[in-house]
Amino acid sequence: MLTILFDGVAYGMLLFVLACGLAVTLGLMNFVNLAHGAFAMAGGYVSALMLNRWGVPFVATLPFAFIIPAAIGLVLERTLYVHLYGRSHLDQVLFSIGLVFMSVAAVDYAFGSQQQFIRLPAWLQGRVEIAGVQVGLYRSFIIAICAVLVIAIQLVLTKTRFGSRLRAAVDDPRVARGLGINVNGIFAATFAVGSGLAGLGGALGAEILGLDPSFPLKFMIYFLIVVTVGGTSGIVGPFVASLILGIADVAGKYYVPAFGAFVIYTLMIVVLVLRPQGLFARAR
Amino acid sequence: MPAEAGSRSPVEAGLRHRPRWRWQETVFWILAFGSFFLTSDKHLLVSEIAILALFALSLDLILGYAGIVSLGHAAFLGLGAYVAGLLAKHGAGEPLLGLVAAAAAAALAGFATSFLVLRGADLTRLMVTLGVALVFGEIANQAAWLTGGADGLQGITMGPVLGLFEFDIFGRTAHAYTLVVLFILFLLARRVVHSPFGLSIMAIRDNPLRARAVGVPVNRRLVAIYTMAAAYAGVAGALLAQTTQFVSLDVLEFHRSADLILVLVIGGAGYLYGGLIGAVVFKLLQDAFATLTPQYWLFWIGLILVVLVLVGRERISLHAHGVLGRIFGRLGLPGRRVAPLAGGEPRP
Repeated sequence: MLTILFDGVAYGMLLFVLACGLAVTLGLMNFVNLAHGAFAMAGGYVSALMLNRWGVPFVATLPFAFIIPAAIGLVLERTLYVHLYGRSHLDQVLFSIGLVFMSVAAVDYAFGSQQQFIRLPAWLQGRVEIAGVQVGLYRSFIIAICAVLVIAIQLVLTKTRFGSRLRAAVDDPRVARGLGINVNGIFAATFAVGSGLAGLGGALGAEILGLDPSFPLKFMIYFLIVVTVGGTSGIVGPFVASLILGIADVAGKYYVPAFGAFVIYTLMIVVLVLRPQGLFARAR
Repeated sequence: MPAEAGSRSPVEAGLRHRPRWRWQETVFWILAFGSFFLTSDKHLLVSEIAILALFALSLDLILGYAGIVSLGHAAFLGLGAYVAGLLAKHGAGEPLLGLVAAAAAAALAGFATSFLVLRGADLTRLMVTLGVALVFGEIANQAAWLTGGADGLQGITMGPVLGLFEFDIFGRTAHAYTLVVLFILFLLARRVVHSPFGLSIMAIRDNPLRARAVGVPVNRRLVAIYTMAAAYAGVAGALLAQTTQFVSLDVLEFHRSADLILVLVIGGAGYLYGGLIGAVVFKLLQDAFATLTPQYWLFWIGLILVVLVLVGRERISLHAHGVLGRIFGRLGLPGRRVAPLAGGEPRP
């Protein structure tokens, strides 16, 4: 029972790291980026390739799993996404679905359609028993990393100058520009960090979620659930939402496997219908 | 009467002018039916096009006319396909019966889910429609005793259409059957969108607030058009099941809905022919690319989507309209106005 809870928390934390970039682009920048999962997949593949082909230790691959998707995100943001900020949601959806399709096919072409495996180092494998609860070492590792990230992101958004500039740029880009804030630069940096975090999440989660070319499509809905259910006014909402989703999903798969993904989809629809602006958001 | 015609207001004249058949439309349908005699080896392709066109027509009703962005229209296609497939499998092999049953089932599902779609703005709608499609897919996956699950629904045997025309291996019957169904449903849709009902739907798309102010029952109209579109998608699904005699979980997959939007974007939404033209282009492209790189077709779809959006959908369709306009005269609406696809612009 507690083990399930623990696994659920780890899963939820992972989802949060994967989705928080989307929470920022969708929530704060109001851009529907369905291609977010593609960055996560990029991170996962970076990690898997470095590990399996060049024998780099798993933990050492993680920074690259952050940096490379962040760089890709930065380039794409500057070249393509930037044209679409002002466009309709439908345009953004079409565009990002296009990117997803291209990434799926490109990865399939480059690395084949099979699952990629990430072999964990020995010190992360296995379980230990703490106070009668079976605790997976790797999942504890994920929880630790994600907890640090969550706190860091929250602090950056609320306490730093960059955070307040970002919030200002989102609330009213024109006025923010007038005050001398480099809105475009801030958006680009935010987008890059969000993509990087997704990549990190992809690398961390490859062992739990699996990693193959269809990753962006399979998990797109999870990211969207986190963001839409959590609301888009900050990152606390998405964080709580991803924990709920993680626990619900793990528990659902354990106790009522027949219903599978059914539970969370239904949950999402119900939440959206009752509270279209998200569970934790104030209506604007 | 002719004397009065001069005194009509331009608006009234425009409204009276719109529903009239133009010769280009006649040419279009003659060509469509002519395909039966011209292409002896492409019957199956043409029937696939006709089915996709019907499906796109269905999305056009809600996206192009009502401005509802849906990412989960495949839910109704899949439902229709399974209903028709199951009917045929369990003895009721008459295709028309399957069509009616599929339309009814999909309409019921559309009616039920339309209330979910009414809530919220674009983004919520996207999510809800996507969620509905996922739930349907999950149901079909889990109810393996009924649907065959991941193996697909096998053992469908279709009776002859109207008891007269057997489905043959070359797809001649399928070709004629799908085209005729498409044509009849197209006529119905055409009649509907030019009726006062259709005009009120467009008013809602352009400005829901104002539409409500002039007394249009916004929610009821949206429920009605959504239900109708769902029924159309159900018929398309039934045609798919009947002509291929197989239904798999693929009919409910996300890429169906995404492809469909692409079809409509290619053809342009909001004038009914967009879906039909888009379906022709899409299937021919797919046919061409499939012979080159069958696996990576997805990549090219993605590329087309990205380029279309970056270059600007409106600009492309306007340009295309301009060219077509010069060649054929105006094909679509008078005034060459391309409807803004979906109420994407943020509303106050």
